Amino acid sequence: MEKKPFTIESFYEFCSQGKLMGAKCLKCGKIHAPPRPSCINCGSNKFEWIELSKTGKIISFTIIHVAPPRFADKTPYAVGIIELDDGVRLPGMIKNVEFNELKIGIKVKVEFEEAVEKEEWPKWTRYYFVPY
Amino acid sequence: MASIVTAGLSKFGKREGKYSRELFAEALYEALDRCQNIQLEDIQAAFIGQMSGSFEHQEHTAPTVLEWSNLLSCEGFRVESACASSGIALHMGIIAIASGLYDIVLIGGVEKMTHRSTPEVTDILAMAADFPFEQWHGLTFPGLYALMAVAHMNKYGTTEEQMALVAVKNHSNALLNPKAHMHKEVTVEKVLSSRVIAWPLKLYDCSLISDGAACLILTRPEIARKYTDTPVHIIGVGQGHDTIGLYSRDSLTSLKAAKTAAQKAYKMAKIEPKDINVAEVHDCFTIAEIMAYEDLGFCKTGEGGRLIEEGETFIGGRIPVNTSGGLKAKGHPVGATGAAQAYEIYLQLIGEAGKRQISNATIGLTHNVGGSGASATVHIFMRGD
Repeated sequence: MEKKPFTIESFYEFCSQGKLMGAKCLKCGKIHAPPRPSCINCGSNKFEWIELSKTGKIISFTIIHVAPPRFADKTPYAVGIIELDDGVRLPGMIKNVEFNELKIGIKVKVEFEEAVEKEEWPKWTRYYFVPY
Repeated sequence: MASIVTAGLSKFGKREGKYSRELFAEALYEALDRCQNIQLEDIQAAFIGQMSGSFEHQEHTAPTVLEWSNLLSCEGFRVESACASSGIALHMGIIAIASGLYDIVLIGGVEKMTHRSTPEVTDILAMAADFPFEQWHGLTFPGLYALMAVAHMNKYGTTEEQMALVAVKNHSNALLNPKAHMHKEVTVEKVLSSRVIAWPLKLYDCSLISDGAACLILTRPEIARKYTDTPVHIIGVGQGHDTIGLYSRDSLTSLKAAKTAAQKAYKMAKIEPKDINVAEVHDCFTIAEIMAYEDLGFCKTGEGGRLIEEGETFIGGRIPVNTSGGLKAKGHPVGATGAAQAYEIYLQLIGEAGKRQISNATIGLTHNVGGSGASATVHIFMRGD
């Protein structure tokens, strides 16, 4: 069983290993991604790590044309809120898609950017979504 | 609870060479000019809203702003809740008066933004969104509201044309406001053909990057007439919150924080949405004004697009909204916005709103939202006679 603390940092450490993980409440079963100090449903602070669904659907999306400096070389790019098959929702970039084919309800799967060793904070490996 | 005895607003716009502390003094001097019975030394406490010191590389805002206004003798507090900073500063001011600790309290807000490039401003504003999940995955503020717009369009059939009408109305109102940032009429076609910022939101769906400051001076209702013949009473206040991340919310088509704030304020004021004569709502993006109509109960859920289409929120309509020009055209120096909204309602209720005056306005409302809706505050105001 995974022993990592139930934190955002751990969530992204799993991402660097190519895994999308959530914290499941041992009392009520609610799945949290990212993990939180206590369950938003029942207040319990006992969790276990579980692997989240690798597939889901687009709940909403946008195409960003004006971006902060960090993403300036990527515009235009699509970002959406994805509902995974287990009900967990996460925002993320949607890649490998023609913008005019983007629609609410489209099925997507999760992929990960390559983990890179770097000095500065944050060291988080991004997950993203692609239609399948 | 608390009453407004005077108010001031700096000119909004691209105020080249003027910084926050100087802009705030400009607003304060108007407030003092308007009410000769209040002197600087009467002000016992000040609550100043400002979103980010990053714009000017200057934190420690309260004493800095107060020093430039010759107000170092009062107790200063900075209030930060993103774009709701000075709406919540107003809330704090009301609490301060109601506590009995102070008789005269200054509340206000300020932001200096236009000296930065648009990508820099986008980056600083995005700091009010969740960093590890929203900012980290490329979301911006227009992006977050675009996610809400797409969901609203999908669920209720709201159209880009209806959103464009919000811009048309607010730009038209700003033409009647000498202090508005932009005096430029726009058409639905112009909005629809402007460049895309975060689809489906285009340049003219977005509020302006502006510099500006606003302030109000509050006192206890029992002694308000000592200072002015035209006090405006604050009869309802409410504040609400929701998750910082849009992705954690049950609904993308409504702001729970704003609904909570509105319900509390209506209940305290013992009035209903139909009693409101004039409102200033947080139109940071055109879709936000449409959602505000619904969250405030000006129309049924899902019918915000139709409300603007039917002209009900234009000056002359059933419930005029954003007579000042709103964030859309009056401008959105984020930390100043909540106080500037209250300034507009104050003018409307004392009958000094000039060419944009709503006749017989008795009750007004302000709706000020922080970020994508993790915080919101609603205030209800009533003419003092």
